[in-house]
Amino acid sequence: MGAFESILLTVITAATPLLLAAIGELVVERSGVLNLGVEGMMIVGAVMGFAGAQATGSPYLGAVFALLSGMGMALLFGFLTLHLVANQVATGLALTLLGLGLSGMIGEAFVGQPGIRLTGIEIPVLSDLPLVGRLLFGQDVLVYLSLALVAGVSYVLFRTRAGLIIRAVGDNHASAHALGVSVLKVRYLAVLFGGACAGLAGGYLSLVYTPQWVEGMTAGRGWIALALVVFATWRPLRVLAGAYLFGAVGILQFHAQAHGVAIPSQFMSALPYVATIAVLVIISRNRILTRVNTPACLGRPFVPDR
Amino acid sequence: MRLELEKRPERSTLMALLSPVIAIALTLVTGAVLFAALGQNPAVALYMFFIDPLTASWSLQELVVKATPLILIGVGLAVCFLSNTWNIGAEGQFTAGALAGSMLPILLPGFESFLTLPLMLLMGIAGGMLWGGIPAFLKVRFGTNEILTSLMLVYISQLLLDWLVRGPWRDPEGFNFPESRVFSDAATLPALADGRMHVGAIFAVIAVLALSVVLLKTLKGFEIRVLGQAPRAGRFAGFSRNKIIVFAFLLSGGLAGLAGISEVSGSVNQLTPVISPGYGFTAIIVAFLGRLNPIGIFFSGFLLALSYLGGEAAQVTLGISDKTTRVFQGLLLFYVLACDTLILYRIRFTRPGVSAKGA
Repeated sequence: MGAFESILLTVITAATPLLLAAIGELVVERSGVLNLGVEGMMIVGAVMGFAGAQATGSPYLGAVFALLSGMGMALLFGFLTLHLVANQVATGLALTLLGLGLSGMIGEAFVGQPGIRLTGIEIPVLSDLPLVGRLLFGQDVLVYLSLALVAGVSYVLFRTRAGLIIRAVGDNHASAHALGVSVLKVRYLAVLFGGACAGLAGGYLSLVYTPQWVEGMTAGRGWIALALVVFATWRPLRVLAGAYLFGAVGILQFHAQAHGVAIPSQFMSALPYVATIAVLVIISRNRILTRVNTPACLGRPFVPDR
Repeated sequence: MRLELEKRPERSTLMALLSPVIAIALTLVTGAVLFAALGQNPAVALYMFFIDPLTASWSLQELVVKATPLILIGVGLAVCFLSNTWNIGAEGQFTAGALAGSMLPILLPGFESFLTLPLMLLMGIAGGMLWGGIPAFLKVRFGTNEILTSLMLVYISQLLLDWLVRGPWRDPEGFNFPESRVFSDAATLPALADGRMHVGAIFAVIAVLALSVVLLKTLKGFEIRVLGQAPRAGRFAGFSRNKIIVFAFLLSGGLAGLAGISEVSGSVNQLTPVISPGYGFTAIIVAFLGRLNPIGIFFSGFLLALSYLGGEAAQVTLGISDKTTRVFQGLLLFYVLACDTLILYRIRFTRPGVSAKGA
């Protein structure tokens, strides 16, 4: 396996959790809800994915556990922000703090245990093709799922009636309500979808990226996913590009170390965070681009009057 | 049955006082259920968690030590949240303050005079202000989302600390442990009484009193609240949104920096790779539980400090994981936010199809 190929393979593995979490959050924000709890849903997904795989022996069932636990966390968020109109920023933070705590408690028994890896698929002949074989035909199911989600979200949001409703709710909830759309129902579904994606993203970390449980293993990826949505100006294809860009930045440190680059490892570890700030500044400097694409009701609560 | 909100004619003062109490009660009930699920006697576990630490003199001192940074950071964050500025990177500003203040005793260990401590504290405040100033500047200049930038800076500050104590600032006589040299007496915050409690506690009290006055009695406080609650009205009144963002970030950053250097100089006495059990994040809960009111924050700071101590006590005596502390803290914030709904709304349960007002 060539060096270039191995770099590309690690980029895909590092980008997939970011992509999964960000594409979910994109739908949430398009419906006008700002869920800052991605990190919390992700870390609970990571620990539950690990636990599920341990309990059932199947990494696929582990992934299902991760997805469902992310949805459970999202439901909590939805109840508070949608039903009780609690402040979305504060509730998102609460979700993250609770998730970090819960995952630490649940995961205590798993520290140091070997995990079960969700391995790549094997297609006879195709997976063994030179150069592109492993890259295109040997990935795990979740990689393909994440790419399918980008295509699916892009299609649904901009080509279907359901997508129109989601965007209408996000841009002007009062009008959508007047037209007979149940704003809360749409937002609940979006929040649950976001939770499922974030949970799965966490599961990817503990089942594929590093198949083990380490406390705090999401290491801010949930927040980077949130930044990716802003960076992508709420456009699915740009989320795809951003996730792979950040995947590449994230794995830079390992390849730099392997090639004996003499930079302290902490500086390399800080790169994704510095890069996140940098791209946020670059994108926000273009105020028109941001304003045109930002869902107009993002973060604003809605109380249906009857 | 479905849940519906009905707006109250005016905000309920009673509920504003009761909501933190209800939230604490709900957290305790949930805690009892949680302990029962873990196979513990809930009454004993809750006693160990929340009462036992209050029964010994040393642990009361420890309570003050832990409440100090929480209150210092919490009152600063209250100013941010009141003005609708979202600084969630206080943990980073805490670390930056600790780093900036520690430069003196680590790089110039021979400099021991009556000026050492005041200089350290000032540098700590400056470090926190600098770290808090970055997201404020980016927000004001480019419109960059301050939530995400302030949070990213937390990770960056922690990696910076890690690099320093493992690299250039490692104690040359420390047998290669990742620790800085131990601060001299001149660089150590004096203790109050003889125990772990240090002068930092006084800073916290001063901060609470000063911000109470600023928020309730001065034009600045009015400006903060108007811009937070009615930005348009604030603009018409000639208040500048940008100025208040910078003010809130510099103030909260400075206070977090002061908390950082006080903790390092008064309690740990050297830099280690981890200097905080998440004070900067817990202080967010402190601020909300204290209803963004400095006096309220004073009390909620003690309650959350108690949750840290209780976690440690329960681990030692009952073998319950100290991770439960963070679960409690997270739950508490959830309940506080949920109960705050009661201040502005009445909750009704209606049957589907039957409208509350008979549309």
